[in-house]
Amino acid sequence: MSWLGVLLLCAGCYAEKLAGMFLPPRWITGRPLLERAVDLLPTALLAGLVATSALLVGKHVHADGRLLGVAVAVVLLLRKAPLLVVIVAASAATALLRLLT
Amino acid sequence: MRDRRAVLRDSLGLGIAVGAYGLSFGALSAAAGLSVLQTCVLSLAGFTGGSQFTYVGIVGAGGATGSAVGSALLLGLRNVLYGVRVRPLLGLDGWRRAGAAHLVIDESTGMAIAQPADQPELARTAFWATGLSIFVLWNLATLGGALLGNAVDPRTLGLDGAEPAAFLVLLWGRLAAPGGRRVAALAAAIAIVAGVTLPAGLAVPIAAVAVIAGGRREPASGPDHAARGPRGDDA
Repeated sequence: MSWLGVLLLCAGCYAEKLAGMFLPPRWITGRPLLERAVDLLPTALLAGLVATSALLVGKHVHADGRLLGVAVAVVLLLRKAPLLVVIVAASAATALLRLLT
Repeated sequence: MRDRRAVLRDSLGLGIAVGAYGLSFGALSAAAGLSVLQTCVLSLAGFTGGSQFTYVGIVGAGGATGSAVGSALLLGLRNVLYGVRVRPLLGLDGWRRAGAAHLVIDESTGMAIAQPADQPELARTAFWATGLSIFVLWNLATLGGALLGNAVDPRTLGLDGAEPAAFLVLLWGRLAAPGGRRVAALAAAIAIVAGVTLPAGLAVPIAAVAVIAGGRREPASGPDHAARGPRGDDA
């Protein structure tokens, strides 16, 4: 796996943090529409990532044990389980279904 | 009046819970094909959980480096807002601000902003204690997860099921925000349609247009979600 993406991402993440600390605040705040969009961006991107990583294999929709993993995660999140417990249970459910089918 | 030890205890508690989550990042990164060193560099120098997960998720699914970095940085744009919100609380100058910048993440910002406005020293304690404890634990856990992910077959371990669950954990708290569910549902639909029709890696950045479903303004009566998406005073 190439280093280019890793290094670009590290530089970009730090640049974003520096921008917040050093840019004149008036460039960023006092623009409700911009702030609203930036606040909602993670929601859109993460929902896209949940959907594609749960349903796609390459360019095809393929239902498998991953969906069971997501279902288990939803139940545990509703019950306010610790984050790591959610992930371990989702992996275990996926692996178990694979083992049984 | 809250006392400094209570703030420290809350911050360290959050640090341990969130830092341990680095285990799943390390394991998923290894499963996506990144080396242990690359995985650790992402946690040390990138240190933005959501963006790290996004990058390895897209690269692991065969997406181009450009879409992976672009999507991850779109997700990280909120850190610009966070910096603007915490810097009046921290009261730092010059290079110290450059150091503090590295610790600007959801949790350190949320904890700092949650402190009473008339006690900036508590906000500073919360920011540094949360940021530093997460930094240390997140990196240790990343290393552990990467070694684990390298040692076993990811599919046997069910790590392909852990990936959507990991993104769901990051998404969960944001669904309660005004417009959150609408945006999430539209983004998921767009991502699937784009995923089956367009080249790998483009589905997620294209799903970003779903933010338009959030409407123009946040309702004044919206629930407080400071810990996830802080919107404090810009004093």
